[in-house]
Formats: sequence, structure tokens, C-alpha cells
Amino acid sequence: MSHAPTDTVPADDSASSFSIIATLAIAGMLAGLLLVVVYEATQPRILAYREKMMREAVGLVLQEPASFATLYLVDGTLLSDLPEGANAKDFERVFVGYDAHNNPVGFAVMHNRAGFQDQVKVIFGYHPETGGLMGMKVLESKETPGLGDAIEKNKEFLSQFSTALLPLTGVKKGAGKGDLHEIDMITGATISSRAVIRIMNEAFERWDPLIQAYDHGGSH
Amino acid sequence: MRETTAKQDLFRGIWKENPVLIQMLGLCPALAVTNSVENALAMGVATFFVLCGSSLFVSLLKRFIPGEVRISTYIMIIATFVTVADMGLEASVPVVHKKLGAFIALIVVNCMILGRQEAFASKRPVGRALLDAVGSGAGFMIALLMMGGVREILGMGSFLNIPLFGDNYEPWVVMILPPGGFLTLGFWLLGMNWWTERKKHKQKELAAEESGERRAA
Repeated sequence: MSHAPTDTVPADDSASSFSIIATLAIAGMLAGLLLVVVYEATQPRILAYREKMMREAVGLVLQEPASFATLYLVDGTLLSDLPEGANAKDFERVFVGYDAHNNPVGFAVMHNRAGFQDQVKVIFGYHPETGGLMGMKVLESKETPGLGDAIEKNKEFLSQFSTALLPLTGVKKGAGKGDLHEIDMITGATISSRAVIRIMNEAFERWDPLIQAYDHGGSH
Repeated sequence: MRETTAKQDLFRGIWKENPVLIQMLGLCPALAVTNSVENALAMGVATFFVLCGSSLFVSLLKRFIPGEVRISTYIMIIATFVTVADMGLEASVPVVHKKLGAFIALIVVNCMILGRQEAFASKRPVGRALLDAVGSGAGFMIALLMMGGVREILGMGSFLNIPLFGDNYEPWVVMILPPGGFLTLGFWLLGMNWWTERKKHKQKELAAEESGERRAA
């Protein structure tokens, strides 16, 4: 009886499942370790820079108050102190500026919505009694360079936000009737200008009742 | 694999096999973040760091990485260096980091980096892998600066934020917008191809002259 020659099995040079899993696990562990070290080393600087930027922005839109405090939205009420054990990052916040005698001079509010290209984030300060604006700064925007980005750079446009009254109405440049609620929009940046006005009106509508309740409730 | 000298490994990526201008790799950041020299430089430095770090580790660990999971392991190494670069840039130059946005994180998928690991670092000793990474990283940075330089000069009338032409200059805004990226890349590629063809043509002419002289002799 003849036997068919048995096929020679090629030597298996592939790695075992264990070595594959071990390689990926060790690589993952080392990568994680390195990232933790770098995170710990860089995070204080990153947070300090963000805080500095925020302080500068609040100072600008509240016309350089003597001091300012952060108010957190906790269960529909603005509070200057967080409940024990709560993390400040989990709460929305507004800022209240004080003069040298510790009297509130105005509130600064942040809000964002879609502009022409991407989200536009704005901070502005106002007097809750009159609705009078104190200043506005665009915190984040990717509007078209040379056109939409004028909302950050156009001095004429920006200067209006320290005199106008909330809520705002956008008008074509030169078509206004002298109403204090009117803002002249920028030619060539109409969508971006309108976005800024909408952001501020939305923020005013949302935050003003809360700020009024805080301002008159004596919770500070 | 073709044997090369250390000098060839270092200089190949800078010009002759430039990742952007010759190999057409990493075109996404080359088009997206080169609207100013500052952004181009930051992206170039970050990519250089990631490429050198990844090549060093891939070459060091090549014996321990099973073939079946080599690409996953390379990606893990690259992603680690990208995250380190991302945090480093945010801590040191936060303004530039904000402008570059998601493109720093997207260095992970820059095919030039993975390409150098698979084609070179995983097959060569550490020293050679590093030389290749330095050359390719420098070549990428040079290409980005060539793009960023032209776009900032024409699009903003400045170089590294220093005004060049005075107040009367009307900036070509299109150059800092996405179409300006494609236009600039197109003109640089045109220039590179013209230069390469001219060089080849001259070499041919020279060779023909030499053979003519030999025949005459």
C-alpha cells in the first residue's frame, strides 16, 4: 500500500497571541505613563494661562474693576460659593466686578453660537440696572480672515459695545435711527456681526433674570 | 533594501525626496495651517519632534514588536508623541496652539510619519533611523515654511507678523484662505518640476556632448 507523501507543514514564524497582547499592553502602559508625566508637568502652566486670559477678558469688558468674583449657576440660582465637594468645572459661571468700595459695577457673561464658519464665543459686561453695555470681547472665532474676523478687530464696531443698551438690534451701517439699542453691522462681515448680536441677546435673555435675582436678592 | 550612506539618509528627505514637494505626503497640514509663517513653523517643529521621537522608539523596539501588530504599535508610539507635542505647545505657545487647533492632533494620521516608520525606522539601526527622521522632518518644515512665507507675504503683507509693505499694500486675502493654499502648493510644485526637468535636460545635454567628444577623439 502506497502512502501519499505528507505535505510538509511550514514552520510557524508568527508570534503567539500572548506575545501580541503583551506587546500592545506594555506599549499602552508605557505610553500612558509618559502621558501622565507630561500632563502633570504642563497642566499647571496651561491652567494658569487660561485663568490669566479669562482675568484679562473680564477686566476688559467690565472696564477694569477693582476686583471681581465668580458666580456659579447652582440649581437655577447664582451663588458665589459652591456647595462643598463640588467641582467648579461642572458649573456655568458669570463674573461680577466690584469698585474700590466693594459695590458691584457690572456683570460679565459668556455665550457662544454658530457664526459664519464655526462657533463664535463672546464675553460682554453690562449694568443690570440699565442694561447698558460696558464692553465686549470675542474669545473664540474662526471667521474668514480679512472679512468676518473684523468682529474681533474693527475698532468702530467694537467701540459700540461700551455705549449701547441691551437687547441689541443690528442695522446696516448708516441706516440707524440713533436708538441706543442699535449696533451698526460691519460691511462684508454681516453674518458674523449678526452672530455677535444674537449671541449677546441670547445671553442677555438667559442670564439677566438670574443676575437680577442675584443683584436684588442680596446673596453676595 | 538598497544600501545607503549616512549622508544620503540625512539629506534625502530635505530636498531630493522632500515629503511634501516630491512625495506629496502630509498635504493636509501643508495646505491647512500654512496661512502664516508662525503657524507653519509651529506645525513643522511639532511634526519634526513627533517624527524623530517615533523613529527613535520604533527603531529601538523593532525586535520586540511582532509583525502582526507592528502598525498598531507604531500608531500608539506616534499618538503618544503627538499628545506630548500637543500639551507641550499648549503650555509653551498657547496662542499658536489655539490657531493650529485640531491639526496638531491630526499629526497622528500624517502618512509621512507612519510611512517613515514602516519603510525605514523598522528596518534600520537607531542612528540611521534618527538621521532619516531629522532629514524628513526638516524637509517637511522647509516645505511648510515655503508655503507659509508666500501666503503670509501676499495674504497679509507681512513676514513673521512684521509688516513689509506699509499701509498702502492691499493684502491678497485669498492667499490666506483655503484656495490660496492650493494655489501656492501648485506654483511651488510647478517650480520644483520645472527645476528638476531642467536639471535632467542639462545632464542629458552634458552626457551627449561628452559622448560626442569621445567619438570625435
